[in-house]
Amino acid sequence: MYDIIIIGGGVSGAAIARELSRYKAEICLVEKEEDVCSGTSKANSAIIHAGYDAVPGTLKAKLNVRGNEMMEELAKDLDFPFKRNGSLVLCRNEEDMPALQMLLERGTENGVKGLRILNKAEVLTMEPNAADNIHAALYAPTGGIVCPFELNIALAESAYMNGVAFRFQTEVQDIKKTPDGFALYTNQGKLETKCVVNAAGVYADKIHNMVSEKKLHIVPRAGEYCLMDKGTGSHVSRTIFTLPGKFGKGILVTPTIHGNLLIGPTAVDIEDKEGTNTTREGLRQVMEKAAVSVKNLPVSQIITSFAGLRAHAAQDDFIIGEAEDAEGFIDCAGIESPGLTSCPAIGEMTAELLRNKMGLEEKDNFISTRKGILKPARLSREDRIALIKEKPAYGNIICRCEMISEGEIIDAVTRPLGAKSIDGIKRRTRAGMGRCQSGFCLPGTMEILSREGKLDILDIGKSGKGSQLLTGRNKDVL
Amino acid sequence: METYDIVIIGGGPAGLAAAVSARQNGMDRIVILDRNPELGGILNQCIHNGFGLHTFQEELTGPEYAGRFIKLVKEAGIEYRLNTMVTDVTPEKVVEATNREDGLFQIQAKAVILAMGCRERARGALNIPGYRPAGIYSAGTAQRFINMEGCMPGREVVILGSGDIGLIMARRMTLEGARVKLVAELMPYSGGLNRNIVQCLDDYGIPLKLRHTIIEIKGKERVEGIVLAEVDNNGKPIPGTEESCSCDTILLSVGLIPENEISRKMGIEMNPVTSGPKVNESFETNIEGVFACGNVLHVHDLVDFVSEEAAIAGKNAAIFVKEENAEKTAGQIIRLNPSEGIKYIVPETIDITRMGEKLTLRFRVDNVYKDSYISVYFDEERILHRKTRIAVPGQMEKISLSNAQISPYPDLKTITVKVERE
Repeated sequence: MYDIIIIGGGVSGAAIARELSRYKAEICLVEKEEDVCSGTSKANSAIIHAGYDAVPGTLKAKLNVRGNEMMEELAKDLDFPFKRNGSLVLCRNEEDMPALQMLLERGTENGVKGLRILNKAEVLTMEPNAADNIHAALYAPTGGIVCPFELNIALAESAYMNGVAFRFQTEVQDIKKTPDGFALYTNQGKLETKCVVNAAGVYADKIHNMVSEKKLHIVPRAGEYCLMDKGTGSHVSRTIFTLPGKFGKGILVTPTIHGNLLIGPTAVDIEDKEGTNTTREGLRQVMEKAAVSVKNLPVSQIITSFAGLRAHAAQDDFIIGEAEDAEGFIDCAGIESPGLTSCPAIGEMTAELLRNKMGLEEKDNFISTRKGILKPARLSREDRIALIKEKPAYGNIICRCEMISEGEIIDAVTRPLGAKSIDGIKRRTRAGMGRCQSGFCLPGTMEILSREGKLDILDIGKSGKGSQLLTGRNKDVL
Repeated sequence: METYDIVIIGGGPAGLAAAVSARQNGMDRIVILDRNPELGGILNQCIHNGFGLHTFQEELTGPEYAGRFIKLVKEAGIEYRLNTMVTDVTPEKVVEATNREDGLFQIQAKAVILAMGCRERARGALNIPGYRPAGIYSAGTAQRFINMEGCMPGREVVILGSGDIGLIMARRMTLEGARVKLVAELMPYSGGLNRNIVQCLDDYGIPLKLRHTIIEIKGKERVEGIVLAEVDNNGKPIPGTEESCSCDTILLSVGLIPENEISRKMGIEMNPVTSGPKVNESFETNIEGVFACGNVLHVHDLVDFVSEEAAIAGKNAAIFVKEENAEKTAGQIIRLNPSEGIKYIVPETIDITRMGEKLTLRFRVDNVYKDSYISVYFDEERILHRKTRIAVPGQMEKISLSNAQISPYPDLKTITVKVERE
């Protein structure tokens, strides 16, 4: 019998798990995929929003600003890359100025610091590649960029180090009220718990509706992106938005924390909660609309495209709190943008709620920091030389595009909650994420995963069950 | 810091031939740095035959061809370091590299030869919509799995692009028990050699669908199929021509890109058409003493030509080191101009005083030309008019110019190559 089961290992679930791991409680996180960061958290804009978009008074507004404030310290504590690069919302003509002014006022009311409106000349000085026909822009110096994979994985590892149990490939198929709480029926058997946190992303409605008569409906809102090669990230320094429309913040152009350039997303409501396919029309739109705000985009250097699903709720706000008709069942639903930004605050709020409800006591041995995978490229020359002398695997480069060493891949596989698939390694180390998209390093990475993870090479998957990369040995069907 | 006369980056066919030639031209202190566990580069996974017809007048497999040069390198006692990744080269020719044994180390070179080869274009560059399942590989990755690891990347295969590696892999996968359903090529002609179309597709009854492309990839975890469509003259899919085809694997053979990340970082001027460095008659880049050869310079069709070109680069690197303290003389610089029908020419400039007896210009045409002429103009004067029955982009063309041909034109500024109908 657990005290708390958290359903979902995305940024919300992982942040909640970490915050709850401060307390004396038996906690388990269940995730239907083979790794954390496998849904919405892995495919998004990787932006830490300043907080001027959301309507004042909403949870989105409150948690965005709070999450943004918390991110810097969290990045230091948990050793993941984060940068306040600032953001600009471009306005193309005088008629739209009231809308820009409104964003400024909203932001100020939400508590966003340093917002100001810049004229065209100021914008072009800051961002020489911004479109020539802009009129003005809202500048938000607190906007930032983050590695969403590392953020999610860091939160999960921290929770794990502090005693949270993780069960992967565990899909909740039904939930029943019991006298003591809830019974979760999963593909891996029954799990009992006093309280449940529903952080199931696009499936949060399905999970919620298992216990509540007040039905929720989460619409997967697909967003497609194109990613350009490393080095193109200097095309713009800040994240460039256009004025928001009905479906969200529009197509943005942003450097990533690793120096790529990212453009997207589209916004299309779909039915399929697994519909992460890109479309011809979507990719066309991304390129067309990105070119409206930023000129000379190096589209010839696109190395991949992808789609993610936002968990959009009809309420148009985060739904965080106990379900009205299911005591002990805490929803954390409708976490669409700015969910990534808000996740530390979502964790804080949800943990606080459960602390009060369950009377949780703080541990005295909570470990607040976590060390990420050692990246030789971030060391000084001397330290790197010393490291390779001690551990030669750090001298052996496996992924040539991202210059990732064997040592980093071994670390990714063998550390707590280590990678079990090629995508798991990619998200932890960036091996295979570069311009050749794993063309060269895949066999080498598979060999290390096979050796260190004690997996048969034929069983190695791209991202879990059914995604095996090899189909057999030569001539085995002849 | 260690010092060498010549540091060669890459131990594939270009690096090997350059090393042997530099040694023959008197260089003692040469080192080859290669990221792989053995010399020979990509030839090691090219176990089919067809290599060496020009160089050795016999038909060798890739490993055999590489073996001939590796033998020469070893006999000459040329140093090499394997499993060694070059991370940086400065314009001052300080080469930084890393491996398990030596850790992160630096070498001061007098001359550097870039011989890093090329990589395959990946799916992302094509923006094919769909999911991102397992089962999508570049042809070279599949070749590596089968020929080096003994593992099959798939059972039912569709190949996109008709580059040579894709054609070779169509045959290879068939022989290993896979079913290759078709090869789709966007262009109205194949990017590969004709002999490969005959020997790898026709002989096995594998259809080559010209003017076709994949417009959708099906399957979430593993590839389940594709949708194929015919394209118009602009390469755009024609509505109504879509057809589905089930498969568990897609191989991409959609072009090769010279690996010039290090070159760009060190400030070498690049040719946007070849994506390789701009070089002169000595295969020297804009940075003095830095040479380039092989597929890092421009993508070749046959390895024999790589070896030939690399030998010249190696020789000139040796000359550069020997002339280190000598007064450098420069003659008139003649510019090469790829005109109608010609995609590019390597090299880009000629200094007649440095070209030697003879110089080979290598180039590719930009389309299929039947019964046409390849013409060479010295400024306005046509000095060569060579009939060609057929010229295709997949095949490199060459023209040899001798010093004796050029020397009567002391004021020559531009040599133009073009395709002419008559």
